[in-house]
Amino acid sequence: MNTTAFQRIYTKISQVTKATCTLHAQGVGYEEMATINGRLAQVVKIQGDLITLQVFSGTEGIPTNAEVIFLGHAPQLVVSDELGGRFFNAYGFPIDGGPEIDGKTVEIGGPSVNPVRRKQPSELIATGIAGIDLNNTLVTGQKIPFFADPDQPFNQVMAMVALRAKADKIILGGMGITNDDYLFFKNVFQNAGALDRIISFVNTTEDPPVERLLVPDMALTAAEYFAVEKNQNVLVLLTDMTLYADALSIVSNRMDQIPSKDSMPGSLYSDLAKLYEKAVQFPAGGSITIIAVTTLSGGDITHAIPDNTGYITEGQLFLRKDSDIGKVIIDPFRSLSRLKQLVIGKKTREDHPQVMNAAIRLFADAANAKTKLENGFDLTDYDERTLKFAKEYSDKLLAIDVNIEIDEMMDTAWVLFDKYFNEIEVAIKADIVKKYGKFKKIEENVHST
Amino acid sequence: MSTKGKVAGIISNLVIVEVDGPVMQNEICYINLNNVDLMAEVIKIKGTQAYVQVFESTRSLKTGTEVKFTGSMLEATLGPGLLSKNFDGLQHDLDKMDGVFLKKGDYAEPLDFKSAWKFTPLVQPDEEVVAGSWLGEVTENWISHKIMVPFKFVGKFKVKSVVPAGTYKITDNIAILLDTDNKELPVTMIQKWPVKIPIKAYTEKPRPFRLLETGVRVIDSFNPMVEGGTGFIPGPFGTGKTVLQHALSKQAEADLIIVAACGERANEVVEIFTEFPELDDPRTGRKLIERTTIVANTSNMPVAAREASVYTAMTIAEYYRSMGLKILLLADSTSRWAQALREMSNRMEELPGPDAFPMDLPAIISNFYARAGYVFLPNGKTGSVTFIGTVSPAGGNLKEPVTESTKKAARCFYALSQNRADSKRYPAIDAIDSYSKYLEYEEFQNYIKENISDDWVDNIIKAKNIVIRGREAYEQINILGDDGVPIDYHQKFWKSEIIDFVLMQQDAFDKIDSSTPIERQQYMLKKVIDICHKEFSFESFDKVNPFYKQIINYFKQMNYSEFKSEKFTNFEKELENFISSNKN
Ligand SMILES: Nc1ncnc2c1ncn2[C@@H]1O[C@H](COP(=O)(O)OP(=O)(O)OP(=O)(O)O)[C@@H](O)[C@H]1O
Ligand SMILES: [Mg+2]
Repeated sequence: MNTTAFQRIYTKISQVTKATCTLHAQGVGYEEMATINGRLAQVVKIQGDLITLQVFSGTEGIPTNAEVIFLGHAPQLVVSDELGGRFFNAYGFPIDGGPEIDGKTVEIGGPSVNPVRRKQPSELIATGIAGIDLNNTLVTGQKIPFFADPDQPFNQVMAMVALRAKADKIILGGMGITNDDYLFFKNVFQNAGALDRIISFVNTTEDPPVERLLVPDMALTAAEYFAVEKNQNVLVLLTDMTLYADALSIVSNRMDQIPSKDSMPGSLYSDLAKLYEKAVQFPAGGSITIIAVTTLSGGDITHAIPDNTGYITEGQLFLRKDSDIGKVIIDPFRSLSRLKQLVIGKKTREDHPQVMNAAIRLFADAANAKTKLENGFDLTDYDERTLKFAKEYSDKLLAIDVNIEIDEMMDTAWVLFDKYFNEIEVAIKADIVKKYGKFKKIEENVHST
Repeated sequence: MSTKGKVAGIISNLVIVEVDGPVMQNEICYINLNNVDLMAEVIKIKGTQAYVQVFESTRSLKTGTEVKFTGSMLEATLGPGLLSKNFDGLQHDLDKMDGVFLKKGDYAEPLDFKSAWKFTPLVQPDEEVVAGSWLGEVTENWISHKIMVPFKFVGKFKVKSVVPAGTYKITDNIAILLDTDNKELPVTMIQKWPVKIPIKAYTEKPRPFRLLETGVRVIDSFNPMVEGGTGFIPGPFGTGKTVLQHALSKQAEADLIIVAACGERANEVVEIFTEFPELDDPRTGRKLIERTTIVANTSNMPVAAREASVYTAMTIAEYYRSMGLKILLLADSTSRWAQALREMSNRMEELPGPDAFPMDLPAIISNFYARAGYVFLPNGKTGSVTFIGTVSPAGGNLKEPVTESTKKAARCFYALSQNRADSKRYPAIDAIDSYSKYLEYEEFQNYIKENISDDWVDNIIKAKNIVIRGREAYEQINILGDDGVPIDYHQKFWKSEIIDFVLMQQDAFDKIDSSTPIERQQYMLKKVIDICHKEFSFESFDKVNPFYKQIINYFKQMNYSEFKSEKFTNFEKELENFISSNKN
């Protein structure tokens, strides 16, 4: 950190806790940064001239006579085109051995977009994965997390989506990711020849957890630079937001705040929303899309972290292993893209909404049939057909290894409809069936009594 | 001299101010941060320290910063020109602010003070008036906007003079009133009112009884809402609260819609901004935006203003109610407002209630819902504010403080079910778990008999019974197996499925199906019930399913067709032929 002429230096700390130091000081601004024996810290409470600082890397070994220097500004990031292809830590300092960035210094966590200036998101993001494109279509300016158990390949899927998404910039915010995952991202991006459009802010499991709190704002501040000043379409990847929220709870706990559900701070909703709402379609053409990861414990989505996330994001993509086909699928029941309405049947073929709904409904019937089977009941002919359909639907459309064009996804669904069902069972509007349906025969007399 | 103060402490958006004079609870003050005034509200007073919640980020604020107190509470500015506006939670006009990003302290006036309106007087000199009496009117969009005696005027007044018909600015005096001491009081077209205090310029608030048509079948035909009623929509995330509220805002039979977007997604408000100027209001033939006012405090906007936003919206609604209009106020989501209260109470280190919410949460919620209602105005006319809020229960669990407190306050309960949403049975309202207390009101039943039909309420009960019996049958089938129960059980189940698929489910994104007028609902309800009361015979249980599916299919095609169009009638005929093919 550079030192300037007017810095105020103090050497008398009056109180130290696991995460904070308190001292008497004058003229300090709220949220101002400081260093304590070189460690970065931020003002979180001011009471008269008593200042409480949150020390990002923890307070281990901090003596009461440590040198405290106030830096006179909130956390900052230097932004410019030079960010492309670079790797940074949570403070925005290069960790790839490259030079410092030359550019404009901006405070992170800046103001919100005036809602009346936003544009309605309308550009479809094609990923080739039918579990996304067909059932949960993504749109630029959207914010959506993967909900996944820790053992699922969410980082792989996310990297795949990112590379296929045709974004101008991909900004990775890694929070508490393992070093292996960090190297994985680095490799995939490098191999795809995409490194120059990728910027990473990384806090690994080897770094202090509280530092993570800066990562999303760093990533989003960089994103705003490219989306606002360069009118680019920026995709921000945040993994793992559960670990981010855990860091929030560590801090609030150490500051003796009253916890609400699941020992999370009462402000969790606002804290997460402030980040996710940075996803936006700007009037001048730039956009910020956020794809995040929220790991679950034991698939429990009622836990405060996934629960609050679900209330904030525009849907969620649920990863689940389908034991019938032995592959990871995007679960059509719990997954949802709320912005899909803006594009399906409009930017895609008009039969899209109906095909999507019919297939999911039949898949649900299969789930019921499976329950029947498990309870030892006989299956009807219809039940049998739904089970066969479900298996093929899972394999050809829901599995994450699918990579086809959207029209082909719909055609595949129509073929499966015809293979296992009749028009009445599929129950799609007559004129749509006429135009796109692939039913060979008209079912004779299903209603004989 | 107004009170001044200096910042003495800062914890996030809670600021402690050392004051040099008297302060009032809920008084508004401005903190001067680098020559920008940040608005804040007093929420606690302790000796010479005022605890204020700042409606902005407090980043870089320092102790010693000057604070000016205004002597008034947070007030809404009321007058012609509120319609079609997009306000923030403090009623600043979002469209008037510059730039793409919101700037601290950019407080754009709610009304256009230069705007001029064609005024027609409604009183004569010497007439006696009270707060809320109509002095004159101007035409705003398509409504007759009444210029009223300011609500703050207490007691009786006499009109000394009123300006003749003509065009006036909203700041012009349009009348002079005399109080009992013959003091002259000029009145303009604008007035101010503290948002946290209900506007009570009415003479009586009877129990509401007139149906408020919403076009949503599972509401109107199962748990109807009334003009001046209250309701809430709890549901886990993604179950359809917002889609349902948007449907209500588009279709409900109200004169004006006030939407409070409270701590939810900005893109959802953008949807309204984008669509409403394009969509037609079938009643007036004008665009929907012309009857809509939006108060937006989205989740990324300052938390303290979230609480204010619902009060601001309610105050605007009450203002228009006093003009004899039917207002529908929607708030999405009231849980965010409760959370804002929790955040502040937490920072003030108050003793927490359940789930760390403030102890007085139930009282705050019920006082707010109590502001809705159907009222008689001083001139005998009526007006109403219907309030429907969404609740976002933590973990989807309805036994949490916000849901429980709201349940005590609201008369209609529209429970969204995760199961129904998962199986895409939209709107996911569970019609059986939900209720409308108004169905039990004798006034309501009489109103329906006179204005809709004798058997409407009976049919609602019949339909619900069919659904309940269907559910029981379904449980038995699940326990005993398809062939372990009499065929009749399958029929019972499928009859309830007809009601589910044809009446309860409704495609919010289909042009025709999305809104069903009462006449059509009545027609379909009757038709469905008739069929459900018919006996059909089947040789085996597996013949039941395709038969009823076909019936549902015909009905759905009818739902997707223009009412009584050729297409509609054709499907209806096909349905009837099909049914008579199985009749003993
Ligand atoms: N009536 C409906 N018809 C079709 N789809 C619907 C309907 N209602 C909800 N949906 C689907 O469910 C999604 C979520 O609905 P909505 O945004 O209203 O949920 P919500 O309850 O408001 O969730 P949150 O609490 O997170 O805000 C919609 O984007 C849409 O895909
Ligand atoms: Mg919602």
